[in-house]
Amino acid sequence: MTKVLILFAHPALEKSRVNKRLIRAAENIDNVTLNDLYEEYPDFDIDIKREQQLLTEHELIILHHPFYWYSTPALLKQWEDLVLEHGWAYGSQGKALVGKKLMQVITTGGSARAYEKDSLNKHTVHEFLVPIEQSFKLCGMICLPPFLIQGTHMLEDDEIEIYAEQYSRLLQNLSEDKYDYNEMMKYKLTNELL
Amino acid sequence: MQHDSFFFQALVYLTAAVVSVPIAKRIGLGSVLGYLIAGVIIGPAVLGLIGEGGQDIMHFAEFGVVMMLFVIGLELEPSLLWKMRSSILGLGGMQVLVTSILLAVAALIAGVHWQASIALGLTLSLSSTAIVLQTMKEKGLMKTDSGQSSFAVLLFQDIAVIPMLAIFPLLATQAVNSYDDHQTLVGSLPGWAQTLAVLAAVASIVVGGKYLIRPVFRFIAQTRLLEIFTAAALLLVIGTAVLMTQVGLSPALGTFLAGVVLANSEYRHELISDIEPFKGLLLGLFFISVGASINFNLILESPLLIAGLVIMLMVIKGLVLFSLGKFFKIGIDQNLIFSVSLAQSGEFAFVLFSFAAQNSIIETNIINIMVAVVALSMAMTPIVIVINEKLILPRFGTKEKVERESDTIEEDNPVIIAGFDKFGNIVGRLLKANGIGTTVLDFDSDRVEILRKLGLKVYYGDASRHELLHTAGAEKARLIIIAFDNAEKNISLVATVKKHFPHLKILVRAIDRPDAYELLNTGVNEVYRETIDVSLRMGIDAMRMLGVRAYRAHRAAKTFLKHDEKALRELSLMHKDKKEYLSAARQYIAELEELIQSDDTDPELERDAGWDIDSLREEVNKAEQ
Repeated sequence: MTKVLILFAHPALEKSRVNKRLIRAAENIDNVTLNDLYEEYPDFDIDIKREQQLLTEHELIILHHPFYWYSTPALLKQWEDLVLEHGWAYGSQGKALVGKKLMQVITTGGSARAYEKDSLNKHTVHEFLVPIEQSFKLCGMICLPPFLIQGTHMLEDDEIEIYAEQYSRLLQNLSEDKYDYNEMMKYKLTNELL
Repeated sequence: MQHDSFFFQALVYLTAAVVSVPIAKRIGLGSVLGYLIAGVIIGPAVLGLIGEGGQDIMHFAEFGVVMMLFVIGLELEPSLLWKMRSSILGLGGMQVLVTSILLAVAALIAGVHWQASIALGLTLSLSSTAIVLQTMKEKGLMKTDSGQSSFAVLLFQDIAVIPMLAIFPLLATQAVNSYDDHQTLVGSLPGWAQTLAVLAAVASIVVGGKYLIRPVFRFIAQTRLLEIFTAAALLLVIGTAVLMTQVGLSPALGTFLAGVVLANSEYRHELISDIEPFKGLLLGLFFISVGASINFNLILESPLLIAGLVIMLMVIKGLVLFSLGKFFKIGIDQNLIFSVSLAQSGEFAFVLFSFAAQNSIIETNIINIMVAVVALSMAMTPIVIVINEKLILPRFGTKEKVERESDTIEEDNPVIIAGFDKFGNIVGRLLKANGIGTTVLDFDSDRVEILRKLGLKVYYGDASRHELLHTAGAEKARLIIIAFDNAEKNISLVATVKKHFPHLKILVRAIDRPDAYELLNTGVNEVYRETIDVSLRMGIDAMRMLGVRAYRAHRAAKTFLKHDEKALRELSLMHKDKKEYLSAARQYIAELEELIQSDDTDPELERDAGWDIDSLREEVNKAEQ
């Protein structure tokens, strides 16, 4: 059994189509904790102790967010800046996160095609994820391949439903240790496992 | 003590009610049947504690019906009445017409002469507004199809009483000599003048209710004497009733009209909660006297005849109602409730029978029997309703959803704001700007007046009375925001809400720290001190003027607030024991000292180490050496 923590960041969930469904699918799964950051800290006043405590209690951390300017929404960046303290998360004394796993669950408006070298965004999603992943690697964590939902503007309701079901299954499998992490690392996307 | 002394009478009636009503309610019979049984027990049939006096009491208690119609009027908005016009005229009109004809024909066949048959038909076609509405309210059926249809029919019947009173003298078999013309002011006037007087009386209620009553109530409200407001409310009802009687109209109809006129006013909720207890007691008295007036000797003399008449009456009325319900497309189970509920004859029958006796339209022995039949049919109603509920309805699987969107009589807003001064009105405006419906109650009549002029739905009233909260829709609301400028009032309202509406989430304004402690100790967690946020904003600006970076000042204030809220909660527990031996001033100083000391020592006040690179710089320098 693995305890999974979802750090979810969406500043306007009431307007979202896809993330609303995904988050509903993530609720009420055994050993999966949902930490809705914008709901918890509407004034960006992050309770660092609480967040560090949550990280300590969980083995696998999921950063779940829409892709804003090739990165996270502002609050999740604030969270990284404040929670991943020197001397706690990194540095010679900072060992709190060593060995824990990290996965990103990201929705992008642009299609998978738009994130190719010769296309609109000129870089792959993986390239854009380098700074975030490296931050957690510096803390001694192991980064698993991301789960991507792309081209969200054009997704039909039934397609969203399929993603929601996959997400729910993914969380279930992760919490029940259904995957071999070494095996997982061979894939580019976690989507391929589902 | 003499049997007829006022206090002895009161003792008998109150004891009977207090003993039998809760028992009847507990075993599922409803309060109406409880009162009726109480009446039978204390009446001549069993204990004989009240005898001939019962008739006078009945006359007095009929005023309960008048008050009930006033309250019904208040709960009805004219627009709603207009929406219901087709069911009032169609369903109600058809019911009175068809039932009257059938019952008259039955009487004719039984050998009663035709004038009396018509009078009997008309009289018996009316149902009991008091029993039906009381029962429907108790069962929460008022907003269902059956409740709305019943209400429409009853309303038509109440109006129909007036032309009936006008027709009866024409049916008289002997020369009319006993019509109590001298009882009314206008009785001696010629016909056209009487009509004019009636029109003038109705107009005065409408115009007075619209333009005169509100300033008067406002003036009274400004005195802030609750009992005078109650007295004024009673005066309004009684005054209207007397006026109506003087021009020969039904007082019930008059007060109903007055209620409708005042339904849109800001005093609506307060009036309802003022009149409600009187109405309830008088109605109870009315039911008791109906129970007591059942002549058991007469019933025992010819039990089969009377039982047969009761059954026939209820079956005919019920069948007519059921067919009409079907014609007006009421669903089967709602239709069953509707037709079973209205199948009795009502209190107006007693009035009309005595009127018919005065005019010698119906023979006295028939009237005696029919009075017993009517009283029994009223007494049977709660029983028949229970039978219908327990035995018949479960056989029909089509139980409809009771909830219906439209036809709201009371406010259905999710938020009630009690107290709408500078504090509450900001909360209210924020919610309103975001499309959240609020019902506002305030105790300051000037403010209510101004806000209503601005088009806000604000009601005048003392929110700490649970009746007012009830009429403001507290049952359906989700939150209550308590924001009076008065600590005691807020605390007492918290207690009222917790007691009567435990489902409501409470958000309460605290005036100062001790007040906040007290509120926290009542178990409410959402306590808002009225100046803390703005003081901190001022502090932020002061820090910025001294050159502190804006974001740093802002976060310092956030941290301070969090810390202070935590301290508030901790200290509220100590406050409980302390307040007994510390004077208020000493307590305040001690607390301030405590607070400032904890500010000095709390490491929490220095946070956000993630933006603080001291430790990182130290480590890097160490590595270089």
